[in-house]
Amino acid sequence: MPTVTITVNGKAVTREVEARTLLVQFLREHLSLTGTHVGCDTSQCGACVVHVDGQAIKSCTTLAVQADGSAVTTIEGLADGQTLHPMQEAFREHHGLQCGFCTPGMIMTAVDFAKNNKNPTEAEIRQALEGNICRCTGYHNIVKAVAAGTAAMNG
Amino acid sequence: MTAHTGIGAAVRRKEDFRFITGAGRYTDDINRPGQAHAYFLRSPHAFARIKKLDTAAAAKMPGVVAVLTGADVQADKVGGLICGWVLKGKSGEPHKAPPHPVIALDHVRHVGDQVAVVIADTLAQARDAAEAIVVEYEPLTPVIDLRRALEADAPQVHPEAPGNLCYDWEIGTPKSEVDATFAAAAHRVSLDLVNNRLVPNPMEPRAAVGEYDRGTDELVCYSTSQNPHVLRLILCAFILGIPEHKLRVIAPDVGGGFGSKIFCYAEETVCVWAARKLGRPVKWTSDRSEAFMTDAHGRDHITKAELAMDANGKFLAMRVDTIANMGAYLSTFATAVPTYLYGLLLAGQYTTPQVHCNVRAVFTNTTAVDAYRGAGRPEATYVVERLVEAAARHLKVDPAELRKRNFVPPDAFPYQTPVVVAYDSGNYANTLDEALKLADYAGFPARKAEAAARGKKRGIGFSAYIEACGLAPSAVVGSIGAGVGQWESAQIRFNATGSVFVNTGSHSHGQGHETTFAQIVSDRLGVPIDQVEVVHGDTNRVPMGMGTYGSRSLAVGGSAIMKACDKIIEKGKKIAAHLMEASVDDLEYEHGIYKVAGTDKSVPMAQVAFTAYVPFNYPPGLEPGLEESAFYDPSNFTYPSGVHIAEVEIDPDTGITTIANWTAVDDFGNVVNPMIVEGQVHGGIAQGVGQALLEGAVYDKDSGQLLTGSFMDYCMPRADDLPSFNVGMTHTPCPHNPLGVKGCGEAGAIASPAALMNAITDAIGTEIQMPATPEKVWRAIQANSSAQAA
Repeated sequence: MPTVTITVNGKAVTREVEARTLLVQFLREHLSLTGTHVGCDTSQCGACVVHVDGQAIKSCTTLAVQADGSAVTTIEGLADGQTLHPMQEAFREHHGLQCGFCTPGMIMTAVDFAKNNKNPTEAEIRQALEGNICRCTGYHNIVKAVAAGTAAMNG
Repeated sequence: MTAHTGIGAAVRRKEDFRFITGAGRYTDDINRPGQAHAYFLRSPHAFARIKKLDTAAAAKMPGVVAVLTGADVQADKVGGLICGWVLKGKSGEPHKAPPHPVIALDHVRHVGDQVAVVIADTLAQARDAAEAIVVEYEPLTPVIDLRRALEADAPQVHPEAPGNLCYDWEIGTPKSEVDATFAAAAHRVSLDLVNNRLVPNPMEPRAAVGEYDRGTDELVCYSTSQNPHVLRLILCAFILGIPEHKLRVIAPDVGGGFGSKIFCYAEETVCVWAARKLGRPVKWTSDRSEAFMTDAHGRDHITKAELAMDANGKFLAMRVDTIANMGAYLSTFATAVPTYLYGLLLAGQYTTPQVHCNVRAVFTNTTAVDAYRGAGRPEATYVVERLVEAAARHLKVDPAELRKRNFVPPDAFPYQTPVVVAYDSGNYANTLDEALKLADYAGFPARKAEAAARGKKRGIGFSAYIEACGLAPSAVVGSIGAGVGQWESAQIRFNATGSVFVNTGSHSHGQGHETTFAQIVSDRLGVPIDQVEVVHGDTNRVPMGMGTYGSRSLAVGGSAIMKACDKIIEKGKKIAAHLMEASVDDLEYEHGIYKVAGTDKSVPMAQVAFTAYVPFNYPPGLEPGLEESAFYDPSNFTYPSGVHIAEVEIDPDTGITTIANWTAVDDFGNVVNPMIVEGQVHGGIAQGVGQALLEGAVYDKDSGQLLTGSFMDYCMPRADDLPSFNVGMTHTPCPHNPLGVKGCGEAGAIASPAALMNAITDAIGTEIQMPATPEKVWRAIQANSSAQAA
């Protein structure tokens, strides 16, 4: 079995994995980081979005071996202790979540978006969230949260 | 103290911290020591006889613990899945209830039906071994189409249901009277409507873990359930024969339900059964493809609807004939959805004196259909509000004006409808006026003209919906076939240091009960909100409760909490009176403070709680402790209502519909947390817009294959499909529950399809069926222009 070394939330971990292990399985099953979710099997829903070397990717369509040598950030690694990341804070403040299942992926997508879009329009935010499905909120408050979080990150 | 966190405040949610930091705990996040994984082999055929099932090779595959089939289920005397609502048809006979085996025996009846389950050390091993199971099928001709199912020579899904008819039911005014009114009416309009089949798709797929403790003979079932006690009751009393006190059902964080997680399914049944049989925890998590094939679907009606009016456009009678799809098997509450949750709402907000509704429910070789957000009420609203708008066009009367002519007036409540129910309160014209203002209805002609100048077709559509929430009272619901009571429980347990546990039989899977219920208790008992812990979702921690569905949690569960608060206040009064050396009769109570009337003496609730547990200076004869339970059985449904106005712009070259404005004004009675309520409205609208524009489960009509079996094929609403919404509220309190609340969870999904389809019809001048895909809209526009050219 291949061995992978991945820096996850700032800590280097080395594990033997079956070659077919997906990055999301590696995170959830090998490292018990269950904040990253699986909501579909066709790479559509975005519940599994994490950052690999700073970029948002869908961890359900990435093999763990592809992330060998990379730095991965998951939702668990976003806050600084009890101090929330501005995007997390914005989701809470603007009621950008209901059941919470899509939320980790939404927030990880939004953080990457905000880094590259300092002053987005509503339409740009909606387009950026195209790969993340939420069944609860109708996106209204997610869009507000992403706008506020983006402003806070770039303020 | 509680002004900013009490009833009416937009308190930020207590539960959010864990969800935004990845610390939520969903069923698939739970792993038990020594657990094995279940993988279901499912039927690739819509209808087939199983000629041969050979599991020998699979059983020898690496890591396999067991391969179990329908024969094993039968040998262990595990019962079949049940439908918990006995529906009596016109003839007085109960509905046809064919067997619903946990794992198929000799036939499979829809694509995805369970054929066998492999349990192995890892999921990958279970999946690999399932490939080695040999099944020989004799494919049979399936029946998919609803009308086809009722034809004399149609294939028969079940021998127990001749003609594929589950029941033939009617309600309302005698049909002969309605027919006579129609024959004499000055105006009549008629519509053929399809209410498209939807797949609920909560983002968290269903999952279960079964665990058995040999020492205590106790079983635990972790499950993605909206109602853990109901699941426990069904599993114990009807399927597995386990004593109820030996099964603990835990529904931890649940990632959305929308109805689809009310029901008792085969998979959690197998996890519990196999855990005991094999002596190992057994875990199953649905993948999205399985969810499409096996989660109970929603809607799926075809309806002929007619409205009769007098010369002034006053509604005289409505006639509705519906065929409803049950799918291949009856899901847990399937029979009630297109009947009592549908026919009883067909009077809408109007004084229509006569309504007759007939429903035939049929079996087809498709996934079971049951409650999905709104459950029967969206279908009813769709019928009523499409008809009303068709009537307005027919009469050339403004649709808002026609509605006002026919609204139940505010002084007519309680209002008895011709379809059994009596509305409790409402002010429909007031809500419509608010919506007209918020939508700038007066400015619509100018916006339409401006759009036309850009080559776009702009339309506006209304939906004035009525909803019935919190099925009640239990005795009435029981008399029409319900298998369970419809009350709710609450338990308030003070700790000595003044913090409080609120144990509720309701279940939160996105609704924010941990915040809303805490607000109520904080407000009533004066306990800071961060000292209030709402506990739900565990049959060993909370009293028997009915769970969450049908927008019932605040109206029924919240009322139970209010009752428990009242009992706490009453007992506390005796303790406070004793502490202040006053008479109980002289005490006043407000927001957690007991005062002796006309003096400056007061005692806070925290001191009362402490005294109750450290009862040194205590009223003689009074029991120590401060803990009260309450069960609340409502005296009536609640009847939220509202008006949604959709404004669309259609590009005639592409057929693409863009939502230009969405206005919702809802009357939910009193509101505890407006932020959460607005969020519920947004989400409901999105699901209704999904139904009207994007979604639709499609089966191949010959093979019965589910063509929309993934998010690649089934069009879920995404952020760029939707606008931001204008949400307003009016408040006519519910007169019969202590909070004056009505329920808000389903309203958006109930109101929105009709509003959107009415707007599209207004824009293009043609009736089309949902979902209004660009292709359908474009074809309708083309057909119109060629008709005009000819």
